Amino acid sequence: MLLREVEYARPASVADAVRLLAADDGARALAGGQTLLNVMKARAASPDALIDLADLEELRGIELGADGTLELGPMVTYTQLMESAEARARPILGQVAAQIADVQVRNRGTLGGNVCSSDPTNHFPPLMVALGASFTIRGADGERTVSAADFFLGVYMTAVSPGELLTKITIPSGAGASDAFETVPIGRDGTCIVNAAATVSGSGTRVAIGCVDAVPVLVEPSSSEPDVVKEAVRAAQLDPPSDVHASADYRRHLAEVLAARAVERAAKGRS
Amino acid sequence: MEASATPATSRTITVEVNGESYEREVDARKLLIHFLRDDLDLTGSHIGCDTGNCGACSVIVDGTLVKSCMMLAVQADGSSVETVEGLANEDELVPLQQAFSDHHALQCGYCTPGMLMSATALLRENPHPSELEIKKGLQGNICRCTGYWNIFEAVKAASE
Repeated sequence: MLLREVEYARPASVADAVRLLAADDGARALAGGQTLLNVMKARAASPDALIDLADLEELRGIELGADGTLELGPMVTYTQLMESAEARARPILGQVAAQIADVQVRNRGTLGGNVCSSDPTNHFPPLMVALGASFTIRGADGERTVSAADFFLGVYMTAVSPGELLTKITIPSGAGASDAFETVPIGRDGTCIVNAAATVSGSGTRVAIGCVDAVPVLVEPSSSEPDVVKEAVRAAQLDPPSDVHASADYRRHLAEVLAARAVERAAKGRS
Repeated sequence: MEASATPATSRTITVEVNGESYEREVDARKLLIHFLRDDLDLTGSHIGCDTGNCGACSVIVDGTLVKSCMMLAVQADGSSVETVEGLANEDELVPLQQAFSDHHALQCGYCTPGMLMSATALLRENPHPSELEIKKGLQGNICRCTGYWNIFEAVKAASE
């Protein structure tokens, strides 16, 4: 399909990329392009310029710190997350990446693209919230770091403002923690109808539910018992959308069931 | 900043396709599949859905299987691309293509170029895949004729 006319640049440094993004309100960062090119085809987005991040090696790192902290570059692909020895420090990352679409999309699609598109049905936003990830954003005025709770702001909206670039995703140490992800997708490895990511650790239970609101809903049940988790999800009074794939009632039901399953599996993994 | 870092609606790219080097000026908005088909006249790679679902446009870029409708031609600048035209040696089919023929792994043939490239990428990485690994490897390719079984059998046969 012919896209609307667009400018393209492939900067060689993050500083240049940020400068180009700041110079033009209509400029958008191009990561793997597995979402952006499709929305451009559909004319749902029509950026004036694409700033291709492909040459920015510093955005491709996967570094495991001595304390177990994982620093992930936003240009890390799903395939790299699945294959990286360092990323295996938090196995859930590769396991979730392996559930996204297919080989071709996983080869191009990136973690940064997944979180920055902030599609409510995406896999990584709820996982990042459950893991307590933080996001480093660079702009013309320097760098800032925001928590996952402050990163996802709405449908297709994140804390990354025009003229800024996500440069790093930091996952705290998984020592003593166990994670799980549960979803009911439309077809195997398809779009999620509801998903839930859970982390169980010494400091408690966190489960983030996706597809039921504009951003992931974090629930912190007082125990990992299924009934307690379901009750905590009910108490969150979810108001999910109805569409051709599922009614709001069914999504509410799935939210409880998947949250309970994710927590149960995470808790089992810990013992 | 270098020239490549200045936004422009078109640029000159150098791409190696099936071992041959091409230098062309292309619009930034041109998808790789259109560059291959329209500019280079390599019409083996097909456009099916044009939304990244069907996999008929699958090609291998720098050793990585991608959907060429989900990539701009300018993104392939400096890359080496393999398409279905690069598989056979003159008139001689490679074993994978022969296996597709032997096992009736195609009916209308529209998905076949993409299937062949996905299977090629799979077998390079995993020369002896299990049935499940074959299915996962071809997950991004849709065939509306065969029901897939003959395709799986062909890939299995080519791996033996």
